[in-house]
Amino acid sequence: MDPNEHALHNAPFLWRNPEPKASYDAVIVGGGLHGLSTAYYLAKNHGLTNIAVVERGWIGNGNAVRNTTIIRSNYLWDESAAMYEHALQLWEGWGEELDYDILFSQRGVLNLAHNLHDERESIRRVNANRLNGVDAEWLDADAVKEFCPIVDISPEARYPVMGATLQRRGGIARHDAVIFALGRACDALGVDIIQGCEVTDIDVVNGRVTGLQTSRGPIAAGKVGLVAAGRTSLLTAMAGFAVPIQSHPLQALVSEVYEQVLNCVVMSNAVHVYVSQAHKGELVMGAGIDAFNSYAQRGGLHVIEEQMSAGMQLFPQFSRARVLRTWGGIVDVCPDASPIVGLTPVENLYVNCGWGTGGFKATPGSGWVMAHTIATGEPHALNRPFSLERFETGELIDEHGAAAVAH
Amino acid sequence: MFQIRCPYCGPRDEPEFKYGGQAHVAYPADPEQLSDEEWTRFLFVRDNSRGRYAERWNHAAGCRRWFNVIRDNGTHEMVGSYRSGEQPEEAR
Ligand SMILES: Cc1cc2nc3c(=O)[nH]c(=O)nc-3n(C[C@H](O)[C@H](O)[C@H](O)COP(=O)(O)OP(=O)(O)OC[C@H]3O[C@@H](n4cnc5c(N)ncnc54)[C@H](O)[C@@H]3O)c2cc1C
Ligand SMILES: [Zn+2]
Repeated sequence: MDPNEHALHNAPFLWRNPEPKASYDAVIVGGGLHGLSTAYYLAKNHGLTNIAVVERGWIGNGNAVRNTTIIRSNYLWDESAAMYEHALQLWEGWGEELDYDILFSQRGVLNLAHNLHDERESIRRVNANRLNGVDAEWLDADAVKEFCPIVDISPEARYPVMGATLQRRGGIARHDAVIFALGRACDALGVDIIQGCEVTDIDVVNGRVTGLQTSRGPIAAGKVGLVAAGRTSLLTAMAGFAVPIQSHPLQALVSEVYEQVLNCVVMSNAVHVYVSQAHKGELVMGAGIDAFNSYAQRGGLHVIEEQMSAGMQLFPQFSRARVLRTWGGIVDVCPDASPIVGLTPVENLYVNCGWGTGGFKATPGSGWVMAHTIATGEPHALNRPFSLERFETGELIDEHGAAAVAH
Repeated sequence: MFQIRCPYCGPRDEPEFKYGGQAHVAYPADPEQLSDEEWTRFLFVRDNSRGRYAERWNHAAGCRRWFNVIRDNGTHEMVGSYRSGEQPEEAR
């Protein structure tokens, strides 16, 4: 075994904690999954290694480890299907590539239909997915029961299950393991991960970004990528422009640890809940955003109550499960429920945001296209449609109504 | 869950209300004169700053009237509420 490799595997820490240098070729603001993934591909695919990720807290303190880890690519529109399917294909090899057990489990994702409209929309989406080369199936209620035996499909249910779409290649992964894997991989490629470093201002000279003011002093930068999820608007305001984003709390919860009873991911837009069971045994449940704007990383208990009552509709046996913990993150919601990844009005300043309630699944693909955009100064074919200009041209990618919305 | 003071009914729990987003966004006076950029701003861009924020709420399960609230969205502190059409000092 190569001694360096040996040292890496036995290192007490997975990444260094370097002092910020005075200057970098590129700086990524935000050490969540998308920021680290961007830095990883900047180094790996584009050979940029004089780069840093600056993070106000510790890496992975934000939505990166607050999400419910659902991964799928069965989006309705061509642009989204291409973006999320590329990410899913990267997930399929990522654990091995990063040499870390990220517990990526392709256990299948069911999206339930509860009425005729749901059913029509679901079948339409299955057909659209297939045309885009995304695996998708329509199951009737009996087939749903066969695939996921604990779902209640009785016709007396308040919201009867009429069927579901199934993406067998969808599933879950362990989010904190992905942070560890990316932190280690970035560090090994020479990327400086600078924690406890809050960006407080962005230097723009003659319409071009030149550096950052941070809580650990000024850092000059040839290029800057803003990858700050729910706090993006605060950063773009420092650079003198606004993005069409509203920051909302999104909550989730886990139960105490139980025997494995749920073998797949189940989502329901109509009843408004999504559930899976973590490898360790907790039931993981999430739902929709709290309606109001917030930066406080918490929401109202009535939202948790609603998602639990929805969960109990589908899985009567959950009535005896007990909640261990609830929490919230701040998600960056775009008017068309699609992300913004691309150029900004400021030269050499790039933005990757607006993934809202559903960016975990995009982690590898988001970093891939963002790295391409930063390295070449041009969007990748996959993120070209996800530009900031689409709100002016009207070429929106409306995934709100397009079934399978949240996550 | 927080309590919101409806200016007509008094303090009630949050689930009685519906959220209406940023307050004091006026419909353009002369819509035909707007550039594409100005339309984008009006249709899609709302203030998303942190701190005291003027916002609209509707007392959906009560008097059903719209009114405005000033809330600190970093701490969820309720600063005050007032009727639609009013413009208090703090409202931006
Ligand atoms: C409860 C919940 C459930 C979710 N469930 C799913 C799901 O099942 N499937 C799915 O695909 N997605 C899900 N999501 C969405 C997903 O978590 C996010 O879209 C994704 O994590 C966002 O990318 P990120 O990891 O880079 O964000 P974050 O981890 O939030 O990273 C942004 C980072 O930027 C840092 N930052 C901000 N401002 C500054 C500054 N000024 N200076 C320095 N650093 C700064 C922050 O500290 C933070 O670490 C969920 C989200 C939540 C909250
Ligand atoms: Zn009232």
